[in-house]
Amino acid sequence: MDLGYVILASLKVIIHFVVLSPLGRATLRSIAETGDFTRFTARGFASAVGSRRLGRRLVRAVYEQGVRCIPVILIVGIFTGLVLGLQGYHTLRGFGATSLLGPLIANSLIRELAPVLAALMLVGQAGSALVAEIGIQRNSEQIDALETIGIDPYGFLVAPRLLAALLVFPIMTAFFALIGLVGGWISGSVLLPLPASVYWASVNASIDLADVGQSVLKALVFGALTIGLCCYNGFNAHRRSGATGARAVSASTTRAVVLSSVAVLASDYLITSLLV
Amino acid sequence: MSAPAASSSPLLSTRSLQKRFGEHVVLSDVSLEVARGEVLAIVGKSGTGKSVLLKCLARVLKPDSGSVLFDGQPLSRGQPEALAAFRRRCSYLFQGNALLDSLTAWENVALPLEQTTLIPKPEIRERVADALRRLELENDARRYPSQLSGGMQKRLALARALVTRPELVLFDEPTAGLDPLRRNAVFTLIAHARREFGFTAVLVTHDLPEALAACDHLAFLDRGRIHFAGTPEDFRATADPVVAAFRDSAAALARSVATLRAGGALEPAEDLG
Repeated sequence: MDLGYVILASLKVIIHFVVLSPLGRATLRSIAETGDFTRFTARGFASAVGSRRLGRRLVRAVYEQGVRCIPVILIVGIFTGLVLGLQGYHTLRGFGATSLLGPLIANSLIRELAPVLAALMLVGQAGSALVAEIGIQRNSEQIDALETIGIDPYGFLVAPRLLAALLVFPIMTAFFALIGLVGGWISGSVLLPLPASVYWASVNASIDLADVGQSVLKALVFGALTIGLCCYNGFNAHRRSGATGARAVSASTTRAVVLSSVAVLASDYLITSLLV
Repeated sequence: MSAPAASSSPLLSTRSLQKRFGEHVVLSDVSLEVARGEVLAIVGKSGTGKSVLLKCLARVLKPDSGSVLFDGQPLSRGQPEALAAFRRRCSYLFQGNALLDSLTAWENVALPLEQTTLIPKPEIRERVADALRRLELENDARRYPSQLSGGMQKRLALARALVTRPELVLFDEPTAGLDPLRRNAVFTLIAHARREFGFTAVLVTHDLPEALAACDHLAFLDRGRIHFAGTPEDFRATADPVVAAFRDSAAALARSVATLRAGGALEPAEDLG
């Protein structure tokens, strides 16, 4: 038999079994899971209708996702503004355009940085805690107990968190943008010689309602996506292959945080490309 | 498997129930009936599928084949109304209690009434207070489950299971991890509650003496099948070697210890399942 033919046939087999087959399986699994996640999130929102005492659980979810995350949002927001101010001022000085520092910071924050970074911070603090809490509730049969009582676990556990995300993410994005602008002012006008009146006037003039709308839209999408992913991974912690008990909860938490972060950046690109 | 009640159809029954996890067959062709008002105890060695059977009865787990009927109605996802009616009329006491750890003791007991009934708030308060008082938890109403001892958590779970005055209660190891005094207290509480509310019960337990005292019928599960079913008297009298080995295990232990103390050698251990 021809040696070249043997090598080619071997390569084909290797490519099939090592590359194409696993890739195909992973793709099919991802498609199935995306469908599963979409159904889960839709059911989570739908089950808010008729869920009793939803308000009390909603307040708790808003507190956990929002109030408890204010410090991290403020800290990251102010440092983002400080760095933007510093970098922006020295870059613009080269063009003699330091008066454009305000618009640079405002547009960067409102269009991109505030929704993206606020979402990533909320995933890191509130989302990870949420996955762990729901995962432990799954492991300790608390979710089964809700079902046996006749309580829809989607309405009880998922709906308030999803609704809270729709409230909290835009508000936290606004906080982030505002404190970021303050950071930019500290950098440009307190630490560097740009007059504060120039900075704030140019910020005021550059903020466009469409940009604010885009920022709110992004925050809403990021909120539904990330908190949906966190609820989904916690809810299905018992279905994780290769891990059980506490390890399944930790694996689900890691997975939810990674997927949420990727989802934020990917959907950010998608929304920006559609709206620009 | 209990004898069907002469006067009426069974409240709960299963037909050829099967459940497997991967390649491992846990339940194989399990058929049983629970008559109204009776207590059916399901006993057997660890790992024989008792808890899985109870979860299939409660529809927490979906059987691979076979059916579960409650009051003559099949319970399946295709019958949401029958399933909802079953949920309203049935309570489940989990082996690990499954108390909601973000809620206080009071809130845990009030939860089924607040979420699934239209009972006015003052009556809910009265019923929750009564349930906590009966189980000696009235001073712990504001505490969270993690702040309670194992025995108190068990009693709290029992209060939650009984506060809705269910027609059917499924008990999964209600006395697991309790000392003998608490164990007796829990069985006494179940007996009291049963006399008061007249519920039907399915009881999974390892505590054979208590089960024999509390039940009307008894099913012995072995390797995923109902190996024996009958009254406690039948169970005590049967010469079936598998049942006898389980039933007489305490006596066998006493004999083994006596043999060891006398310096003798033990017979090879039996299959522990």
